[in-house]
Formats: sequence, structure tokens, C-alpha cells
Amino acid sequence: MRRTMMFLPGNNPNMIINGGILGADSIILDLEDAVAPDQKDAARELVKNALESVDFGGCEVIVRINALDTPYWEDDLEAVIPLKPDMIMPTKVSGAEYCKTLSAKMDEIEERCGIPVGKTKLIPLLETAIGIENAFTIATSTPRMEALYLGAEDLTADLRCKRTKEGNEILYARGRLVTAARAAGIEAYDTPFTDVEDLEGLARDAAFVKGLGYTGKAVISPRHVETVNRIFSPTIAEIEHAKAVFHAIEEAKAQGKGAISLNGKMVDAPIVMRARLVLENAKAMGMEVEEI
Amino acid sequence: MIIQHPAVCGTLESSDVMITVSPGDGEICIDLDSTVDMYYHDQIIKVMKELLALEGISSAKIKAVDHGALDCTIKARLKTALVRSSKEV
Repeated sequence: MRRTMMFLPGNNPNMIINGGILGADSIILDLEDAVAPDQKDAARELVKNALESVDFGGCEVIVRINALDTPYWEDDLEAVIPLKPDMIMPTKVSGAEYCKTLSAKMDEIEERCGIPVGKTKLIPLLETAIGIENAFTIATSTPRMEALYLGAEDLTADLRCKRTKEGNEILYARGRLVTAARAAGIEAYDTPFTDVEDLEGLARDAAFVKGLGYTGKAVISPRHVETVNRIFSPTIAEIEHAKAVFHAIEEAKAQGKGAISLNGKMVDAPIVMRARLVLENAKAMGMEVEEI
Repeated sequence: MIIQHPAVCGTLESSDVMITVSPGDGEICIDLDSTVDMYYHDQIIKVMKELLALEGISSAKIKAVDHGALDCTIKARLKTALVRSSKEV
């Protein structure tokens, strides 16, 4: 389960070595915006050595690489792909061609290193107007696609609007991205909430995007991990309801009934699908859930 | 790899090490200043010497100011400093 993805600056050893104990489901080792241009080589070497020897305690590891219009992205891939991170996060992804170029380079490195071609997944960062408009073609551009991730800071600069806590300016982008991701059968992740101190605002923002269908949210501070994990975890009431749905199905089967109802409401396919997702997430969180 | 000029990598932050590499006088000379010197002096020197040997370097002056860096950080900072020192300015 991936509810939180936490950014860690790629040139900061103190944060990187503690990445596995901060409670996030995934960590993103950042070689892009968090690293000054004259330190790209140092960050790349540090991330490479960390991937080789740091125990991230079962955390999923993602590496954010530099964009294709920089001189860094190929060196980034050459350094990290042989060490088998779970995913690569390309930045400022504009369309399918971008992902195909990237994927071809990843194919070449994986083949050379004896890694099954296609093993390293992609979670592209969509943070431009053209990237948002091309969300579905990006999501279906290569079998490596695991999820789409919305980056609102660069996006709002591109849209020439102000980034606000309410987020009205990114409502269209949020809707478009999650719809494209779901249509492609992959996950959707939301932009970080950038006010580190405002935990109530964070909770509202996270609950809102969960309501839109997002799977989780990126965070830029360890302080945000607990809140985002809580919001994106199934509640006890949701789990109990999901269990009741499956008990109702079993009961109806035993009685030879075609139509199934629970608490006076029809149990149809979307309700069963949602109940299944709730129980799968609960199981991934380590809760005891009977087989479904 | 040939060390052509002085180069530095790393910071003075906690868990990091700042390493300066300069051309040597025919031998490896390491000057280590570490907050954990009492416990890890030999280990830090060993990690640096192993990497220098791996890179085929037998002549270098190394100054390392360590604030509790792990082996992986020491290796990364030294490797980057070596690569920087071997590039044309």
C-alpha cells in the first residue's frame, strides 16, 4: 500500500539514512529540484551508494531524476537503475514520446545489467499544462507505468495563477489526472501540501483528494506522514461495512438469492468493488481480514 | 584516474563528511578530523583507502572533516571529490 510518498533531498545524507524510519510508505530520493546544479554529481553518487547499502526498512524506494531537457537524466538513470529502485519518477513529463524515450534508455540499462527488462516502474510527475492535457496518453505510453503524480507548484506557474491552500486553481488538473490514471488502470497521487505547520489544512486537503479518487499523497515533511497515512487508511466503520457486504453475499448465495441487499440497500458491483478495495488496504496495513 | 587539481565534496552537516582531495607526493596521505574519531578512526581510514585502491590511486593528499558519516556517505563524497579533481578545469 502506498498512502504517503516522502521527498528526501538527494544530497542530504542525514535525511536519506533515516528515510526508512519516518513512517512513509514510500520515499522519493530527489535528484532534481532539491539539488543545486553544481551538486548534481555529488547527489547522484550519494543516492547510488545509499541504494547499495542503506536498509530502508521495507519502504518502497523511488528516485526522482532530472528532466529530459537537462544534461543529467541519462547519468541519473545509469547510476541508479543497476541498484534496482522500485520506481523512477521522471519530471516535467509532457507526453507519450517523453516516456518512450525514457523507457528505451531504461530497457538498455536493465538489459546490460541483467535486470528483467521492464522491472523498474515509472511514476511520472505531471506538472505542466501540456502534461495534464496529455495525461491519458502518458499513462498508457509504456507498460512500466505504475501511477501518475500531480505536481501543483510548477503547474500553477505554467498556468500563470497563484497557488492557494484551497486549491481551486488545480481542481481541473486533479480531476483530469485521476480520471486518466483510473482509465489506464493505474494509481493516482496528489501534490504535497506545502505549509508544514498547518496540519488541519493538510487533513482537509488530503480528505478532499481522497474523495476525488486519489490513492495517496506526496509529503515534504515527516510531520505530515501520520495525517496523510490516517486519511488514506480505511476507517474501522469502512472495514466493518466491507466485511458485512461479503457476509451478505455469502448469505444470499446460501439461500439461493439472486439479488443481495444490506441494511435495506442493494449490493451491486461497484459496492462489492469498493468493499474489496477497503479490505485489501486493511490487509496491506497488517489488519486481520478474512480471505475474500 | 589522475588527480590534477584540488577538489572538494560534502558538507559540515551532521552525518556528512567534507573531503578535500589534492595531488600527492607519491604516497597516500590522509588527514582525518572526526567527531567520532575515538571509535571509528580506523574504519574511516579503511573505507577511504579501499576506494583509493579500487580507483588505482597511489598518490594523493586527502583532508576529511567528518561529522559521523556512514561508510556509504564517505565513499560517495570521496568518489565525487576524486572525479572532480581529475577533470580539466
